[in-house]
Amino acid sequence: MGFRQYKFGAAGVGLMLGFSMCITLFGPSNDFRSGVSTWVGLDKQLSIGRVVGFSYEDPTVSGAGKPVTVILDKDPQTGAAIDPPQRFYVYTAGTKFSPGVNHTELLGPGVEELSLQKGKIDQADISRGAVFTVSKGEFNGEEIDYVENVTATRGWDPQRTLTAAGDENSRYVGKGKTIFISEGCWWCHTLLPEQTQDWQMFGAPPFLGDFNGEMPTAFGSDRKAPDLLHVAARNSSREWMEMHFFNPRLVQPNSIMPRYDYLWGKVDAEGNTIDYAKWRKEYTAYLNGESVYAPEVPKPAANSEVRALVDWILTTLK
Amino acid sequence: MLLKYLFAKNDEIPAGSATIFFGFSSIFWFVVGTGLGSFNAAKLAFPDFVTGTEMFAFGHMRQVHVLAVIVGWISMAFGMTMMYMTPALGNTKLWSEKLGLWTVFLWNIGLSLGLILLWLGFTSGREYSDLIWPIDLVVICGVLVPLGLNVWLTIAHRKTQGIYITNWFFGACIFMVIVVFTVGTAPELFSLSGLTEAYLTFWFAHNVLGLWITPVAAAIAYYTIPKLTGNPLYSHRVGHLHFWAIIAFYSTPASHHLMSAPLPEWLKSFASVEGVLILIPAVAFVTNILLTMKGKWSMFVENVETKFSITGVMLAIPLNMQGGFQQTRAINWYVHGTGWIVAHAHLALLGMSSFLEAAAVYFGLQQMLRRKLYSLTLANLHYWFFLIGFCIYWISMTIAGLIQGAGKIYEVPYIDVVVAEHPYMIARWVGGTMVFTGNVVWLYNMWMTAREGTLVPRGSYPHEMAYDR
Repeated sequence: MGFRQYKFGAAGVGLMLGFSMCITLFGPSNDFRSGVSTWVGLDKQLSIGRVVGFSYEDPTVSGAGKPVTVILDKDPQTGAAIDPPQRFYVYTAGTKFSPGVNHTELLGPGVEELSLQKGKIDQADISRGAVFTVSKGEFNGEEIDYVENVTATRGWDPQRTLTAAGDENSRYVGKGKTIFISEGCWWCHTLLPEQTQDWQMFGAPPFLGDFNGEMPTAFGSDRKAPDLLHVAARNSSREWMEMHFFNPRLVQPNSIMPRYDYLWGKVDAEGNTIDYAKWRKEYTAYLNGESVYAPEVPKPAANSEVRALVDWILTTLK
Repeated sequence: MLLKYLFAKNDEIPAGSATIFFGFSSIFWFVVGTGLGSFNAAKLAFPDFVTGTEMFAFGHMRQVHVLAVIVGWISMAFGMTMMYMTPALGNTKLWSEKLGLWTVFLWNIGLSLGLILLWLGFTSGREYSDLIWPIDLVVICGVLVPLGLNVWLTIAHRKTQGIYITNWFFGACIFMVIVVFTVGTAPELFSLSGLTEAYLTFWFAHNVLGLWITPVAAAIAYYTIPKLTGNPLYSHRVGHLHFWAIIAFYSTPASHHLMSAPLPEWLKSFASVEGVLILIPAVAFVTNILLTMKGKWSMFVENVETKFSITGVMLAIPLNMQGGFQQTRAINWYVHGTGWIVAHAHLALLGMSSFLEAAAVYFGLQQMLRRKLYSLTLANLHYWFFLIGFCIYWISMTIAGLIQGAGKIYEVPYIDVVVAEHPYMIARWVGGTMVFTGNVVWLYNMWMTAREGTLVPRGSYPHEMAYDR
């Protein structure tokens, strides 16, 4: 038993694995830290909140505890016009803030400084809630985007902002992305146009700072359907989206996408119970050529999952 | 029976109990996993196959299929082989049969719970790390650490001087998979976000395949082939080349899964070069095993365990040739995200790895039950259903992937790609269903082996006995 090979061996495995970990974990972490948030990155993280996917505030992954994005053309406090209309991210009392608000270093150099000095994001208080927006400022002679805590800078109250906006100006983006995750849309639709001919079909690949504070990123790896990163730039019709979700074969006969009619829930926008069996019967009749028109797709209720999902697509995926 | 042994004294539990429970659990999960795979494939071919409910939507079932196969079938088959190979190679008993039984018990409970939650939509939204973090903690603390303890302490209490290559792999890979699982769960535990999260997701996905599934499967072949043929391993030294090359090279290429994401370019280039180096351990492994077969090639035809094992080793050749080169920038831009990758992933998991594990589960269950296989005919039926089904799947998905790649560069509207892929989606479903059918036959065959298989006398191996059944 003179030669204890296993001791050398165990040490060797530890050494080699440690070296690998240094290169593959410690090395890139420095690069990631230097990523400066773009407007897209700030918009994404402010509109989806802390975590999409399983979390304390939303254990069933159904979109609870998420902020609401509102698009306003006038100041709810003073009534002054906002032109062009701007996005505000309303966190009502108790809603967890997005990662960049609590951990400002995630915003990246420059954005962090401006968000703290001019945006006053350190004054955001979870027990009162807060309204945020993305503003333009100058840092070292360059124009960059930063996060502004409108509750601190202009005195906006979250609840009043939400009431002033009303349902028609509200976009349930955080809940929508949650549905995208829990329904597994990303098993087929990637969110990552590649740096090759994807440019022509699906638009520009994302930039380094487009992801700060987003969790999960859900790039997707197995593309069985079009990339969606810029889908709303190609098609911004809410009606088309709703028909396509209810039954993709209504607008694209060769589609292999599943039907997502169950995202409508029990009732439509008017509060009438949706009769799925009847709809299917009429649809079958339409398929068989017994009727000329396909049945109407019900209008989704404001709190339905499909409303939030379409909100997310049309607001974020541009 | 399992419940009785869970609370029995360690000495009173018959040796091999953990192996047997692990073995049957793994086959059960293989049936479940491939059944789900076949169901999902049907939905890709015929989108209105089962529709209208959330539970049977593709997006709710795809990840259940993947994790049932990886954590259920493959990893449990690994647990099973560790329970009988590690002590056999150390000429000793398993350190704790009771701990082994608790591991398989907790594993089945935790996995069932995790998969049901996943099915309901409780997900972290991260590919391969889909299980929510409480379940991840169960996997680490309730499954991987106890399994590791059993293996490490069995190796430490061995009665041989050296450590055979299989045990080198077992000991190191369990350690590495614990590290990989812990780091892979970190984004959920600590709310890491942005590119860090994206990178760590594929860091996990790569390493769980590169440091757990493929090397442990190879380690199994280092045991089964010499054991079945009676030939000594061609070269222990080449085996070590395999082992050290895996540790040194294959723990690093994680970012080659994200070649088109805005990650640091140095990281992608580094990963790509390291990824090609997989050919070193791969060539070492394949040559070593095939040279071990010298003079015993008739067993490839006559003996069902050897047939499975050698098929797995041969599938490692295209697997590593694809894997080494498809991740370079020159090729990756064409095949990335297409069905080609799906075919490649199934070549690794359903081809190379599953054939090697099936051989080990066939052999180990017969050894531990001391019973000869109930029906060789059924075993051969399983083999051919498995192989033909897999080949249909692999070839059809490779073609579909090449169509998709062409569609990508020629700017074909995506719907035309979907139309062109339709026949291959049907072929994929047929292939997957054949594998599933084969596995149902296997489960029946092993069940009947446990009940009615001819008893094998001490001192002889089941496969040495005459073909009396």
